[in-house]
Amino acid sequence: MADRLRFTEHVMGTVFSFDIRDPVTAAIRSAATEATEWLHHVDEVFSPFRRDSAVSRIARGETTPAKCPPEVADVLAMCTKAQEVSGGWFSATAGGRLDPSGLVKGWAIRGASDLLYAAGARNTCVNGGGDLQFRGAPAKGAAWRAGIADPAGPGGLAAVVVGTGMAVATSGTAERGEHILDPRTGAALDGAGIASATVVGPDITWADAYATAAFAMGPAAARRWIDTVEGHELLLVGTAGDLWVSEGLRDRTERDLLSEIVDAAYQP
Amino acid sequence: MRRTTVTVLATIGGIGLMLGLKSLQTATATTAADNSAPPPAAGTGGATTPAPAVTGTYTGDTVDTRYGPVQVRITVTNGEITDVTALQTPSGNPRNEEIAARAVPVLTDEVLTAQSANVDSVSGATYTSDGYLQSLQSALDQING
Repeated sequence: MADRLRFTEHVMGTVFSFDIRDPVTAAIRSAATEATEWLHHVDEVFSPFRRDSAVSRIARGETTPAKCPPEVADVLAMCTKAQEVSGGWFSATAGGRLDPSGLVKGWAIRGASDLLYAAGARNTCVNGGGDLQFRGAPAKGAAWRAGIADPAGPGGLAAVVVGTGMAVATSGTAERGEHILDPRTGAALDGAGIASATVVGPDITWADAYATAAFAMGPAAARRWIDTVEGHELLLVGTAGDLWVSEGLRDRTERDLLSEIVDAAYQP
Repeated sequence: MRRTTVTVLATIGGIGLMLGLKSLQTATATTAADNSAPPPAAGTGGATTPAPAVTGTYTGDTVDTRYGPVQVRITVTNGEITDVTALQTPSGNPRNEEIAARAVPVLTDEVLTAQSANVDSVSGATYTSDGYLQSLQSALDQING
């Protein structure tokens, strides 16, 4: 029996990659298939880019959440919770049109991770377009290592976050252009001095939404806010290359792996 | 300081995963993905034995994208990718050239950096250029013969 299974899937306009570090049972293989099918299902229901998705039909007023599969109402309720927790800085209607993508991708990743877990895969990484859900550990006694992409030097890493059983989500303007909207105005945000905001927590559903919120609220507010969100930590990469991490991450963050990039950037 | 990568599998397989490629190490274990969608990457993989610590250059297939043909060549030294060269990139109109001019160095940097940092995955890196990746995959597939 193989002791590791890795595969990728192109879905939701990006690449999902799976890394399973458990003995690969028939149940785990089956769950891997289910996990990829699940991602395509989520895309069909929630994509704002598909005319016939439930989200698009709701946005056009052709149906209501109550008439859609129950998971639609569940997701919208989670969006409402994320909006409340973030003081309105996360919003599923930031652009004036229903678009829960800021939470759905993380929720889809978590769902895939849960399917694997239920099948006995306890040590896994699911990466959905740069948002990561880790379970367990990469090897006995080891910790997962999550690189945080350097927004200023594409291809470089700004830092590495180390841990077991964690979720890591990053929001910013660098990779796909400005795509985070101000919930108050609907205008694209420039980050107010931060190039990317990374939230580390237990569940990628919330880490993903909170990373979007943290970027939207700007560095000063985000630093104060993260202390109020139990179990979540924050890492900010500034447009000047500076790095800031919240208290709970200080012992879990490595900055000197790529010293030529990071030493110059790190301002204690 | 760059950490020395341990083996050709950790190195090249890890990069493939990070960039969304079929990795060499598990090329035969991709049934989950293959069942539900056409394989995105070129080549058939099929490696079941560890690859040797190879040295050489490998030229990927030319992949037609909607922007134009893409082809890359990789240089491998003792199992580590030391260079990625774009032999063909989309051209013919300014927009395509602009996209290629931005995307190719970004992707090349990511390949080279990912293997040097000893990380399991990267958060915040979302760029995917299918043509580039397919050509790169086919070059990686050749390493196993």
